[in-house]
Amino acid sequence: MNAIPRLLQEILLTAVARHPERTALVAGDARLSYREVADYACRLAQALRACGVERGDRVVIFMDNGWRCAVSIFGVLLVGGVFVTVNAQTKRDKLAFILRDAGARVLLSEPHLARVFGPVAEQLPALRVLCTADAEALPAGVENLNEALAEAPVTPPPQSAITLDLAALLYTSGTTGEPKGVMHTHQSLLFVLDSINEYLGFSQDDRLFSALPLNFGYGLSQWFSAVRAGAMLVLERSFTYPAQVFKRMHDEAVTSFASVPTIYAMMLAQDAKQPLRFPSVRLLTNAAAALPVEFIPGLQRIFPNAGLCKMYGQTECIRSAYLEPARAKVKPESVGCAIPGTKLLLLDENRRPVAPGEVGILYVRGPHVMRGYWNQPEKTAEVLAPGPLPGEFILKSGDLFRQDAEGDFYFVARNDEIIKSRGEKVSPAEIENAIYSLPSVREAVVAGIPDSLLGEAVCAFVTPREGDKLSVQQIKRACSERLENYMVPKHVLLVSELPRTENGKLSRKLILERYAALITESV
Amino acid sequence: MSIKQTIRRYVLENFLFTDDDSALQDGDSFLAGGIIDSTGVLEIMLFIEETYDIKVEDEEMLPENLDSIDNLVAFVQRKQAVAA
Repeated sequence: MNAIPRLLQEILLTAVARHPERTALVAGDARLSYREVADYACRLAQALRACGVERGDRVVIFMDNGWRCAVSIFGVLLVGGVFVTVNAQTKRDKLAFILRDAGARVLLSEPHLARVFGPVAEQLPALRVLCTADAEALPAGVENLNEALAEAPVTPPPQSAITLDLAALLYTSGTTGEPKGVMHTHQSLLFVLDSINEYLGFSQDDRLFSALPLNFGYGLSQWFSAVRAGAMLVLERSFTYPAQVFKRMHDEAVTSFASVPTIYAMMLAQDAKQPLRFPSVRLLTNAAAALPVEFIPGLQRIFPNAGLCKMYGQTECIRSAYLEPARAKVKPESVGCAIPGTKLLLLDENRRPVAPGEVGILYVRGPHVMRGYWNQPEKTAEVLAPGPLPGEFILKSGDLFRQDAEGDFYFVARNDEIIKSRGEKVSPAEIENAIYSLPSVREAVVAGIPDSLLGEAVCAFVTPREGDKLSVQQIKRACSERLENYMVPKHVLLVSELPRTENGKLSRKLILERYAALITESV
Repeated sequence: MSIKQTIRRYVLENFLFTDDDSALQDGDSFLAGGIIDSTGVLEIMLFIEETYDIKVEDEEMLPENLDSIDNLVAFVQRKQAVAA
């Protein structure tokens, strides 16, 4: 084994060689040692090889946020494949889009998701579908993963991936409505992982807690950080039943807690009714959406022994900036500076540096920058700009920032129309497309409005076709059939006319100016 | 309307956006079915608190109390029996 890993799966093989019997993962009823994680992953790699998976082949993991999903990621890597984790909330059309777009060779899933993937798999005859099943009946054409695993050897199959090969396609919402597959290599993910573990200082004695989905960077990095440090991850499916989650945090005496402002808001509300205390936590992290400064005193009460690390990032580079706990008290509004080994630049529209103190578009430079969007050279060219060295690219973020005299960065505004709700990136166009699936819709515009719990609440403004009947419920239903729950508009406003700019274009700004008050009043 | 009918109608209208009774079985797990998530469970809790004039304690926010129509009905009945 190399001292410096070149392939992501080597972090697991190193941990299992060092301490096979230490607990790696606690999720639901499962408690897996490093040896058990590695054994399962090796068996899965063998089963995937038996399905014909070779270096560079994409394997979609469509599973609940549990131990199987986490361990399957390493199974895919061990066969030399590219993992594509898809949120279990994803509906049929989007799953079909991702499977087609990624050109997936294999889909890994679970029986209770068969109603989603079953009809999709029928349309894709070349796709092999492997589904965990004990006694459950599986749809025609779906293979039993548990049986395949039982027959597979516990050694990794031979594979020849190199560090520059793709390790993951992470699908993220785009401004145009169709999700884009962010290409990360073994090198980019290993780099960002080591940078994160350096500034967070994880050791093998840490017990990381996460209820974040493994299909997005912040959730995925919890699992990789834990394995890289030889630590333990306590993974929850979601925060749906807080009492259960809190009990698990106490029982496992977790030392690190990673979450997003929506969850912190909920914890603060609970704490106000009945004190919540987690003295075992030494490190609290926030990412995915800006943490309101007024949350900080309450969080320090709930986590009396924890330092708070504010972080900022995006799928295209996983993590860009961090503000270490000591400085969070002095500069609670800042997101800090570039993560170790990287640079952040503030540039204007012509990609020239802005004057000190001026607002600019944030660009990210470092080995953690993605290779681009899968099969989307035009969209890639919009965000990857030539870097200082030949062949190098820097990443244009969607955000405007300013920098203080000490070099710390402050978020100013988004530079695109993406909505951030519950820490999830929500594409207005994707929701508008779902609403337009109703023939009675004449026009639909989706925008975010401030919401104390969600950060931003998704809001749809819809005009019906003349003479057609259209209800709020129909619109929400059309969305819930096609979109993940967090994208379903919280508010739907049916209006007879939407305001336009002088050029006749629909304008989110004008619409919000005219109607936002109506929604706020109705809440 | 019975407790079951009331809760069923609420869940169908607010989470499945339908009045089609066959869309949800009484024993179906909301979580496994992807029907609700963390903010959804808070909405259900508020609904049963208001509708049945009961108080759901934080430690009662558990799947065995809230994660299906059957569980919700049994939970509301238990709470009402204690209050009576």
